[in-house]
Amino acid sequence: MAAEEVKVTRVVDARGSVCPGPLMALIGAVREQKVGDVIAVYSGDTGSRTDIPLWIKKAGHEMIGVRDRTGYAEFVVRKTR
Amino acid sequence: MRILEDSNTLDPVTSMGENGNGKLAMVVFSGTMDRLMPVGILASGAVAMGMDVDIFLTFWGLQAFSKRAQGAPPKFSGDYADMAPMFAEVMKKKNVPSPIETLKTAKKLGNVTIHACTMTMDLLGQTKGDFIDVVDRTTGVGEFMDLAKDAKMTLFI
Repeated sequence: MAAEEVKVTRVVDARGSVCPGPLMALIGAVREQKVGDVIAVYSGDTGSRTDIPLWIKKAGHEMIGVRDRTGYAEFVVRKTR
Repeated sequence: MRILEDSNTLDPVTSMGENGNGKLAMVVFSGTMDRLMPVGILASGAVAMGMDVDIFLTFWGLQAFSKRAQGAPPKFSGDYADMAPMFAEVMKKKNVPSPIETLKTAKKLGNVTIHACTMTMDLLGQTKGDFIDVVDRTTGVGEFMDLAKDAKMTLFI
């Protein structure tokens, strides 16, 4: 499913936060949201590129997509459990 | 499984089971910023991957967590003295959280226990009240080794 088609429940703007800040911000947000919610996290941190998808996989959530923005990336995840 | 998820204080997000992802043990002997930074970052990474973390603060590592030391300008190891001003500036400019702030975040998201070395405290006449709240408990080296022997990795920093 393309990220464009998904309604984002919550945006976590972690731009300006260094590794592992964006990942930790995402984990905290996922914990607070309900199952089925879609969380988008913005990160300019290079480590997020690998760390965030790996965490989503390990945690058993759904990685909806990654979009390149100017100077940062947007990771979209659905909480599935 | 439901009950485990609901009551699981280890990692309710990943819910991969108590100790199912192993444990990281760290002995933190050094108290300078160049050594404390990785302590916070590695603890965070471990928590993110569902691991438990036990941190044993001893000597200079423990002193960095004393109430007296808070608010003091960050110290760097002599090995990196020439780079310290540049690094301190970058940290400030990029809003890098302090190691203690990073550990607080890791503690919120996972099972991180911070131990104060009783031997160091005895030598310096310190009590648990001399340290900031992020320190959970006082622990002897024997007990820490008993915890660390079950860890998947142990680091001396």
